[in-house]
Amino acid sequence: MFNKKSYIKIALIMVAVIILAILNSTLGRYNLRILNLAGIYIILGLSLNIINGFTGLFSLGHAGFMAIGAYTSALLTMSPAQKSINFFVKPIVPFLANVEMAFLPALLIGGIVAAIVGAILAAPILRLKDDYLAIATLGFGEIIRVIFTNTQSLTNGALGLKGLPSYTNTGYTWGIALVSIVFMFSLRKSSYGKAFMAIREDEIAAESMGIDLFKHKLLSFIMGSFFAGIGGALLAHLMGTIDPLMFRFLMTFNILLIVVLGGIGSISGTVISAIVVTISMEWLRFLDGPIDLGFMVIHSVPGMRMVLFSLLLMIVILYYQHGLMGQDEITLEFVKEKLKRFKKKEA
Amino acid sequence: MSILRTDSITMKFGGLTAVSELNLNVPTNGIVGLIGPNGAGKTTIFNMITGVYTPTTGNIIFDKKDITGMKSHLITKKGIARTFQNIRLFKDLTVLDNVMIANHLRLDSNIISSILRTPDYRAKEDHILKKSLHLLDQIGLLEYKDDKATSLPYGKQRKLEIARALATEPKLLLLDEPAAGMNPQESIELMEFVKEIRDTFDLTILMIEHHMQVIMGVCEKIYVLDYGVNIAEGNPEEIQNNPKVIEAYLGVDE
Repeated sequence: MFNKKSYIKIALIMVAVIILAILNSTLGRYNLRILNLAGIYIILGLSLNIINGFTGLFSLGHAGFMAIGAYTSALLTMSPAQKSINFFVKPIVPFLANVEMAFLPALLIGGIVAAIVGAILAAPILRLKDDYLAIATLGFGEIIRVIFTNTQSLTNGALGLKGLPSYTNTGYTWGIALVSIVFMFSLRKSSYGKAFMAIREDEIAAESMGIDLFKHKLLSFIMGSFFAGIGGALLAHLMGTIDPLMFRFLMTFNILLIVVLGGIGSISGTVISAIVVTISMEWLRFLDGPIDLGFMVIHSVPGMRMVLFSLLLMIVILYYQHGLMGQDEITLEFVKEKLKRFKKKEA
Repeated sequence: MSILRTDSITMKFGGLTAVSELNLNVPTNGIVGLIGPNGAGKTTIFNMITGVYTPTTGNIIFDKKDITGMKSHLITKKGIARTFQNIRLFKDLTVLDNVMIANHLRLDSNIISSILRTPDYRAKEDHILKKSLHLLDQIGLLEYKDDKATSLPYGKQRKLEIARALATEPKLLLLDEPAAGMNPQESIELMEFVKEIRDTFDLTILMIEHHMQVIMGVCEKIYVLDYGVNIAEGNPEEIQNNPKVIEAYLGVDE
């Protein structure tokens, strides 16, 4: 049943778990938070990669699905006392007032609700293609945000939710991240994953090969929004507070940045760029503050970091469209091949 | 016995009648040609048969069942496969993947069992892999199985497109200008190839082609179209001597 390859894979996962366990016990609070964020961004990047990278549907509504997951799980895990403190403008709807759930089921329900909304949304918008699909999904993301701002008794409107139990820890973030990495590799290898890629390559040919376009696009949309919902829920329980403004287009942009930098369609590329982007977003925080250049001082400009990332994205799109990994993966064969070439060069 | 029959199908795009009251009758196991000058409506006929367009009026009967207006992918499932005039391979995928994807429609596993790689799914995938490798071997593309589809030379890409269509296990294969862009030598090889796949895969073939040598060499029956109207039908000899066909192709003295 198990061959040598699967032993190596299991060993690699074990190594990852051990490294994470060590990091988890040695890092301080601040660095631990970055580690968790990186895990969450891996989940989010991979989920967008199912839709954009595998199936080739240019979706920009990811923040909307995250918001749904975040709010769902937040409302399910907050204690009744905490809810009554939050909802002082208008009381919360009765059926949610006394719910208090454990984190894992709330997380899954968050993902499932996001997936259901994704499915409902997909029915009309999957008739669109390319840029039109991008515009429609972008609109959807904004609609969700506006709805959440105005449903006072359900989401507490613009005030947001505060005092969420901080359940998110390295076990959850990286546990789910590892699961989604394995999931993505398995999906890609499967007949369904190949059908998704066929749709990306050529819709007309894919349909004439008997692939039901609507069904497969719908499946990829549902899976993408499920993981986006879970990512959003993890983020909510890491931050401790959520409000509709958190899920603006900028959030989608961050995830898109990760996917494009890593190479659209590449799993390992997404993972690497999620980690790099998350860490550098923290390291580059000094850019947002005042910068002393010696002869002049630039006053603090909030959001200066994003200018740098936007520039990076432009450079990648202009000169290096394949991103870090293109569509390649870091597999055992890939490493062997690189080593061989390296040795040849040495000789 | 005919496998495909069209009952006076008409296709109108706004004010333009692309195909008018066409009656095709494709005998089982035959090789039938569809010829005509550019813009005669040949590819439109293929698009109607494969469900890309729904005919404005008329019916298409395949294997004794009415398939008019059915969705493309369901028609493929019923047993009609096609190739395209301008090659449409899955460019970035390997030759083997191109053929394996064509087996997806016959896979009856759901997505969950395929991601979890249940023993049942693995057995099915293994079967598909063996079948695809066998098919590539039959077609003569086995040595290229791990190459990207676009890295193949032109003639081989055409062959791969046919292989991919064959992988869907069709009863009727529609070839849209298979000899386009081929040199005379390749065209003659193609003629042999078409006959060969008809016999090995027990198929019926309907092909559009401009290359007269190919058409006259392999087709048992030919339909000639001009401005969407069927102006002649018959065996190659009858077509060659038909004054209407000569008029459509060469024009006539005033």
